[in-house]
Amino acid sequence: MSSSLFGGGLDRRILGLLAILTSAAVLVPVLNLAVPPTSSFHIPTYAVALLGKYLCYAMLALSLDLVWGYCGILSLGHGAFFALGGYAMGMYLMRQIGTRGVYGHPVLPDFMVFLNWKELPWYWYGFDQFWFAALMVMLVPGLLAFAFGWLAFRSRVTGVYLSIITQAMTYALLLAFFRNDMGFGGNNGLTDFKDILGFSLQAPTTRAALFSISALMLAIAVIVTAVLVSSKYGKLMIAVRDAESRTRFLGWRPENIKLFAFTVSAVMAGIAGALYVPQVGIINPSEFAPANSIEIVIWTAVGGRGTILGPVIGAVAVNWGKSWFTAAIPELWLFALGGLFIAVTLLLPKGIVGTWDAWRAARRARRSAGKGTSQVEPPVAEGTTARTTRHSIEPQPAE
Amino acid sequence: MTNTNTILYLDGVSVSFDGFRAINNLSLVLDRGEMRAIIGPNGAGKTTMMDIITGKTRPDTGTVYFDGTHDLTRYDEADIAMLGIGRKFQKPTVFESHTVEDNIALSLKGPRTVLSTLLNRRSADDARRIDEILATIRLEERRDELACNLSHGQKQWLEIGMLLAQDPKLLLVDEPVAGMTDAETEETVRLLKDVAKRHSVIVVEHDMHFVRELGVKVTCLHEGSVLSEGSLDHVSQDPRVIEVYLGR
Ligand SMILES: Nc1ncnc2c1ncn2[C@@H]1O[C@H](COP(=O)(O)OP(=O)(O)OP(=O)(O)O)[C@@H](O)[C@H]1O
Ligand SMILES: [Mg+2]
Repeated sequence: MSSSLFGGGLDRRILGLLAILTSAAVLVPVLNLAVPPTSSFHIPTYAVALLGKYLCYAMLALSLDLVWGYCGILSLGHGAFFALGGYAMGMYLMRQIGTRGVYGHPVLPDFMVFLNWKELPWYWYGFDQFWFAALMVMLVPGLLAFAFGWLAFRSRVTGVYLSIITQAMTYALLLAFFRNDMGFGGNNGLTDFKDILGFSLQAPTTRAALFSISALMLAIAVIVTAVLVSSKYGKLMIAVRDAESRTRFLGWRPENIKLFAFTVSAVMAGIAGALYVPQVGIINPSEFAPANSIEIVIWTAVGGRGTILGPVIGAVAVNWGKSWFTAAIPELWLFALGGLFIAVTLLLPKGIVGTWDAWRAARRARRSAGKGTSQVEPPVAEGTTARTTRHSIEPQPAE
Repeated sequence: MTNTNTILYLDGVSVSFDGFRAINNLSLVLDRGEMRAIIGPNGAGKTTMMDIITGKTRPDTGTVYFDGTHDLTRYDEADIAMLGIGRKFQKPTVFESHTVEDNIALSLKGPRTVLSTLLNRRSADDARRIDEILATIRLEERRDELACNLSHGQKQWLEIGMLLAQDPKLLLVDEPVAGMTDAETEETVRLLKDVAKRHSVIVVEHDMHFVRELGVKVTCLHEGSVLSEGSLDHVSQDPRVIEVYLGR
């Protein structure tokens, strides 16, 4: 253990990740803005936006890992929380357009003028204020997750049934947001944003700043997750994942433990969505597509669920691969993604980070056995990450 | 409702699964501080009886009272655990990816809210209690080991230790020596006798040698109701019991 910061939640590897994120938050803008384009160290603006997008996906994968990797809830609807956070941010950005829209209406976004609406629907009130939108970015996904989880966990819906209803939830939202009369821009969603807090979204400085903020928010999400999973609460999440009925007969209420994790996770996903929208410049109903939520599961599985590093690495690596594939051989991307998932499930069931941990633990055990120690020492876990990944995550039925 | 000297009172309890009567007009009374052994062939309803007591299964008819006035049919598993009933599962169930020590720490009596777990700092009292329990179940040496690395027998003890940490009034122990070596079985006899000094205990077991070692009153279940009750000698000489066991 190199550090006992935050109750031992931050081990050496997590500190390393935090160091990388904070240096990226400084270096990437410098290399983009201060280094001339002729230099080989220059990072072009499109790459800054791309990297920022990856970081948002990493945060989304981390939020899924909190519920899936640590608490055993396989959510196939996490894209919905991401999209809701994105829509809340999009509504703010829409209202910043003001009279610069095609129709030049001072209050109504273009799509409402086009639909012949005379006034702003009540649920668009307040979104001209950034603080209000920022609050909604967290509140809307958080409340939806709380209501959904309250019903589902209390009724003891678990396993594949729970996964199916999370998928149904995001699908229902997809259909709802497609409708023009919902007032969220229908099929086209929200786009043509001009500026955020007065800064032009087209300006390279704004884009660089958005990247830095994404990196720092991801760092905060990593700290929050690390502290949570290393607390007594985190141990209970793992206990619920591995032997839910054991916790129940000890007097715990697994439904409350899950509900808390699910809600925190949804808020995290919402923030990721809000950071994503200004960087890609659009939010539309396709973000609710069930396939998107399944992709998040794949990123997390590839990186290693039940670890903190895993989902971050998985999200960045898979999306990097996706960017490359969709440029080179776009028609093969879905096959590659499916193949990757099958390969990881069969060959690396613990993902990249989990497999690495298991390999290191085995090597250490072999070495200490080689030294002639009579008893094989349990490999010393660095924080909870290593410890939890060593054992398989398959839930264990009680009795 | 019941005698103050009674910790557990079941009367006329029945439960059916899809028309099959797993528990049939079962009545059983356990005194405070008593240890009782329950025997019976496979499918006699021993585990189902524990399911009813711990709130996992609701009886169709009958009354179940605990510690005087608590009607257990009105509570769920977590409530019943908090009232003071601990249960060891037939298949040993511990938190495999946690250390032995953490398994005990998560079971320690105390508040069970999410908030309390977020703010928790382990007190000196808790640490002392954990040490005591680890000593009782003889797992001090392995406290930092992950539970998945324990032997089958050690898992059984760890689970009993978790019940002790919960500090219940009544322990329900389902087949504690299944899969144990003779030496481990002896240890378990010692452990349970020790536990029974301070708690009421119900032990379900098939191993007659073990039941004899416990030296307590025996209840034989068959087809969901009590077939015979008394000392082991009395029960094992009961012709109905002999028929049930030999007739299989
Ligand atoms: N949830 C359930 N649904 C359907 N049948 C059940 C259920 N629980 C128990 N049974 C049936 O009730 C009967 C009693 O089962 P129980 O597990 O209580 O037996 P037991 O005495 O514990 O047996 P063993 O010694 O094998 O553990 C069995 O025939 C079993 O199949
Ligand atoms: Mg049984």
